[in-house]
Amino acid sequence: MARKGEGIRISSETTAPAVGADAAPAVELHGITKRFPGVVANHDIDIEVRRGTVHAIVGENGAGKSTLMKILYGMQRPDEGSIVVDGQAATFHSPSDAIGRGIGMVHQHFMLADYLTVLENVVLGAEGLHGIGAAARRRIKEISDQYGLGVQPDRMVEDLGVGDRQRVEILKVLYRGAHILILDEPTAVLVPQEVDELFANLRELKREGLTVIFISHKLDEVLSVADWITVIRRGTTVASVDPPSVTARELAHLMVGSELPVPELRESTVTDQPILQVTGLTVRSPEGRAVLEDVSFTIHRGEVLGLAGVEGNGQAELVEAIMGMRPIDTGEIVLAGKTVSAWDTRRRRDAGIGYIPEDRQRHGLLLEAPLWENRVLGHQTTRPNVKGPWIDRAGARADTRRIVSAYDVRTPGIDVLASSLSGGNQQKLIVGREMSGDPVLLVAAHPTRGVDVGAQAFIWDQLRAARANGLAVLMISADLDELIGMSDSLKVMLRGRLVADVDPQTVTPEELGSAMTGAGDSADSADSAESGEATQ
Amino acid sequence: MSATLAPGPETVSRQRLTGLTWQTTALGALGLILLLSVVRLVTGADDITSSGTTAAALGLAVPIGMAGLGGLWSERAGVVNIGLEGMMILGTWCGAWAGYHWGPWAGLVAGAVGGALGGLLHAIATVSFGVDHIVSGVAINILGLGVTQFLSVLAFEGEPGGSTTQSPPLKDFPTVSLPGLSDPLHTLEEKGWFFVSDVAGILRGLTTNVSLFTLIAVILVPATFFVLWRTAFGLRLRSCGENPGAAESLGVNVYKYKYIAVMASGAFAGIGGAFLSIVAAGIYREGQTAGRGFIGLAAMIFGNWRPAGLAAGAGLFGYTDALQLRRGGESVHALLLLVALILVAVAIWHAIRGRPKAALIAVGAAAVVFVIFIPTNSVPGQFTSFAPHLATLLVLSISAQRLRMPKADGRPYRRGEQH
Amino acid sequence: MISRFDPRRLLVGLAAPVLAVLFAFGITSLVLVATGHNPFSTLSTMLDHAAKPRNQVLIINLATTYYLSALAVAIGFRMNLFNIGVDGQYRLAAMLAAVVGGAVHLPAVIHVTLIVLTAMVVGALWAGIAGLLKATRGVSEVISTIMLNVIATGVVAYLLTPEIFAVPVAGSNNIGTKPIPASGQMPGLPLIPDTPSKVFGFIIVAAIAGAAYWVLLERTRFGFDLRATGQSESAAVASGVNVRQMIIYAMLISGAVAGLVGMPQLLGDSYQYSLDFPAGLGFTGIAIALLGRNHPVGIAIGALLWAFLDGASNILDFQGIAPEIVKIMQGGLVLSVVVAYELVRRYRLAAEQRRVGRALARTAAEPEGATA
Repeated sequence: MARKGEGIRISSETTAPAVGADAAPAVELHGITKRFPGVVANHDIDIEVRRGTVHAIVGENGAGKSTLMKILYGMQRPDEGSIVVDGQAATFHSPSDAIGRGIGMVHQHFMLADYLTVLENVVLGAEGLHGIGAAARRRIKEISDQYGLGVQPDRMVEDLGVGDRQRVEILKVLYRGAHILILDEPTAVLVPQEVDELFANLRELKREGLTVIFISHKLDEVLSVADWITVIRRGTTVASVDPPSVTARELAHLMVGSELPVPELRESTVTDQPILQVTGLTVRSPEGRAVLEDVSFTIHRGEVLGLAGVEGNGQAELVEAIMGMRPIDTGEIVLAGKTVSAWDTRRRRDAGIGYIPEDRQRHGLLLEAPLWENRVLGHQTTRPNVKGPWIDRAGARADTRRIVSAYDVRTPGIDVLASSLSGGNQQKLIVGREMSGDPVLLVAAHPTRGVDVGAQAFIWDQLRAARANGLAVLMISADLDELIGMSDSLKVMLRGRLVADVDPQTVTPEELGSAMTGAGDSADSADSAESGEATQ
Repeated sequence: MSATLAPGPETVSRQRLTGLTWQTTALGALGLILLLSVVRLVTGADDITSSGTTAAALGLAVPIGMAGLGGLWSERAGVVNIGLEGMMILGTWCGAWAGYHWGPWAGLVAGAVGGALGGLLHAIATVSFGVDHIVSGVAINILGLGVTQFLSVLAFEGEPGGSTTQSPPLKDFPTVSLPGLSDPLHTLEEKGWFFVSDVAGILRGLTTNVSLFTLIAVILVPATFFVLWRTAFGLRLRSCGENPGAAESLGVNVYKYKYIAVMASGAFAGIGGAFLSIVAAGIYREGQTAGRGFIGLAAMIFGNWRPAGLAAGAGLFGYTDALQLRRGGESVHALLLLVALILVAVAIWHAIRGRPKAALIAVGAAAVVFVIFIPTNSVPGQFTSFAPHLATLLVLSISAQRLRMPKADGRPYRRGEQH
Repeated sequence: MISRFDPRRLLVGLAAPVLAVLFAFGITSLVLVATGHNPFSTLSTMLDHAAKPRNQVLIINLATTYYLSALAVAIGFRMNLFNIGVDGQYRLAAMLAAVVGGAVHLPAVIHVTLIVLTAMVVGALWAGIAGLLKATRGVSEVISTIMLNVIATGVVAYLLTPEIFAVPVAGSNNIGTKPIPASGQMPGLPLIPDTPSKVFGFIIVAAIAGAAYWVLLERTRFGFDLRATGQSESAAVASGVNVRQMIIYAMLISGAVAGLVGMPQLLGDSYQYSLDFPAGLGFTGIAIALLGRNHPVGIAIGALLWAFLDGASNILDFQGIAPEIVKIMQGGLVLSVVVAYELVRRYRLAAEQRRVGRALARTAAEPEGATA
């Protein structure tokens, strides 16, 4: 998919604007080391970022990219090493020091206050530049027009979509006059078309002489946009390469020391026995707006149904409705022949629904409880966790040990607190827990988000094995490769409705992305089996 | 500089939150007076709109409103402050102590300082040490009471008129009146005319013999609005209550703003306390605050974390409090009729909006209140004493779900620990 | 590798309250010195006071009441519910229980049981209002319970009038409910030697309540759900806990225990609810629950400490020291203890992460990417 390679070579030649090629690098990092309790997040990092380029830093989840960027942005202080900006040594005590040196950061999780307006979010901390009133509004419009960001200063951030929020974040940085932009995993929540837009924006910035540091673990994207690539593995820099000289495969080897795991299903195990039947499901928000409208689908035994959609289009609400965590207005949910619409969450779980929540720390774990209590969580009515009204400590503990060894949870014991495990190990514990007790349906929201490739491969293996044993899976993911590779069938959700069925065997991420944004009315990309439903 | 007005987003968001504009607010106030006038004529409870009641309500609303402002400052920066009561207690004592020695103005300042010291403690515990906000607040309430009890023994015992639980009498602030209004309004009020006399009574209460302290307190409400919503400082402070991580990432020193906010919060509560001892009672007495810090907090919640709303809430509680002092049984009884009428109005509104179920519930509630109202002539004194508290409970249970508090309110925050 | 009973954990856990007590004592000493008193002689006076058997009975009896109050608060705390309303709950409960107890004549055990059950039901219902408002209307229980306290005061004052329940108290101009006959009284226990004073018989009920609290929270499914809700409401919801229902249950249980708070006094000493029935015990309970970190044993120690300080304050007057100094010590104690616990909690989390990191680094000698 690295078909934009040509574009890069052109732009890297036309770079070098007013600054001159021999000018000092925009950023140099020398021997950066950072330790946290129990882990060394970064050690001996060396990076040199040339001015007016897009410099990518790649590494898998947990390799230490984000920590490094926080150090560069003054949110963390390195234990060792030095930072040089524009040829001058720099010590950052806080983000304002970094901002003062012209560094700006677009965070992976947007740093926006929902209940404030775009204007308020942008001027916050930089009120000295143009005040907080009319002058600031003018300046925001100017920047927005200059870079084609299309930002409206008086809207509430709460009402903005993901792409809009990201553009506000970029504008925030530009407003402060930053000439070095750090973008932390900016494409994680974007569909391919939005990624293209973003990359167009980045090229625009580069043309204006700005430097972009682009952090990612998506190799195709990196190869298409970067002028130079630094690879980080287990907290340290292992290679620095010129994009045209490497392939995605080689990059993967540098990044994880092996091939990247491939999401794919082998022969179909789909049966004709329906496990989950959802018909005419409509859910309204407390304000009366429909967040899910007339949603119908069926998942069979041994089938993985993938659900694609831009974040905020009703997927989370669908999951909550199926789990019984959100009241439904009309429609019916049938699990293995029984109507469960009126059941509460516990009864549905007891009936055999496993649940891997989107946000494992908030919805999947008790962070300050030991692992064995987390094994009980969500299964506090079933053996071996309980006997009648009593918690069966011995039973739960023994079963936790089983999960820890069967699911390769790296931990020194089952009495450690969940918070002290890495993200990947937390997720493996959750997967192991939810697979226990022979579920008939697994609701998996972003099952491999933010985990390292080892855990990712392991979780995919487990899903494949469970599917072969007849598990029905509803999978939601923002990773389109995962969605296409791991689904037997694929549906697209837009504004609370299912708008298209696509065939995972033939669809490309670009086509899927079009369907997700409703572009081209999905006529050319999606199998239009149900396109009659795609009314808007 | 930063005072440049930004009317666009503000009006938009305020309408979003409450659907209120100045016109509808004024209309609502007029309607309320009209209702009160009807109730007065029906029940003969003249005190419900008299100048005396209004003046008392204003005086009683001041400490509640100051505590509410304190809550607003703190919670807008993300720190829940249930320690307002303790800070208010510190304010009553410090105000009385300084007021006794150096006069009322010194008392005002000392009240603010005393409250701010309580706020400082709360900030240390919650901001620096990350203690649960409610827990810290409870501890400060205990400490505030203990400290003042101890200090009273040292400072007031043996002074003329003082004892271990109360201060000597204090000198009051001067009062002001709008010249030339009092007498004509008084004449009008005495006529007992429908609506006209009610308006006259209310206006007279608000413009005659008003303490300078009250004036200052009233001015602090719009001043707070200006500072928090129209200045860069205010934006930064509020951002700490909405998304401190975002604020930090933009170079805002979140700890600093939280400290300032919580100390200001304490100072406001302390001013409210000083008002109680210097103006309202003219003496410091143990237990003088009687939970007004908590009611202030409730007024702020009722006001949806906004200055104008909390002023309305404080006014409501001040009014119910005032009624029970002025022929309480009869006046509060008359208030029942008002409640019934308002419920009927609500029912009509629901019916127009096409919500028959809500309308029916409102009619039912109105009927219940009415049934209580008809056969009785008065409400027992013990019940009138908690009228403001019952009102708080009822109002919150009707409105709590429509309110929107700052998004990160009450959440512990630690520097550099974002996502 | 990390054992369940790590002595170091225990030590760190104990360090917090001990340090907080020392800190609070330090502050109090400063105040004493500043006002011209010797802190050590003050302390020894207080200890001498507590060494007398008669005073020990008083301290234990006071602590029994405090214990129940703190237990009621702690049930809410474990679920992140702040039942500030124990004060109103126990007063209303004690008064109505006294009315019921004074109105009937029954065999001894049944009579006492009836009184206690009445108190628990009244306490539970009064607390249940706050639970219901939170679960159905989203009203913060902090505000609603504070308002309910004041309303309870008004209701008690209304009911305790000669027109309704009150009768004159013999030998004074006080009024109270009709005294409970002997069959409804609970005999004291001669636990402390060398004194005729007896410990409240209700101490047995308090001890049972403490044990039941522990079993309920630590060993039952219900307790697990309750604690899970307290630790992370969102995770509890996803795990199938009906949080609204739990809020109501927790408030009902908390209120029922709050109903017990007035019982030691009512059944063991005053036998009627009069105007001078002890008030404010609910707030003391909050402080003690914080001191004891919601643990039944910790609460017991906290209750004894608090009662000791209260008892000692009486003796200080004779030394020319304002007894209110004890209030400062108590307030300082609560504040420093909550800070200390938070610091220890953070230290523990970080220490655990370090330990897990070290342990994994040792085992990671074998290649890690092996799973891929």
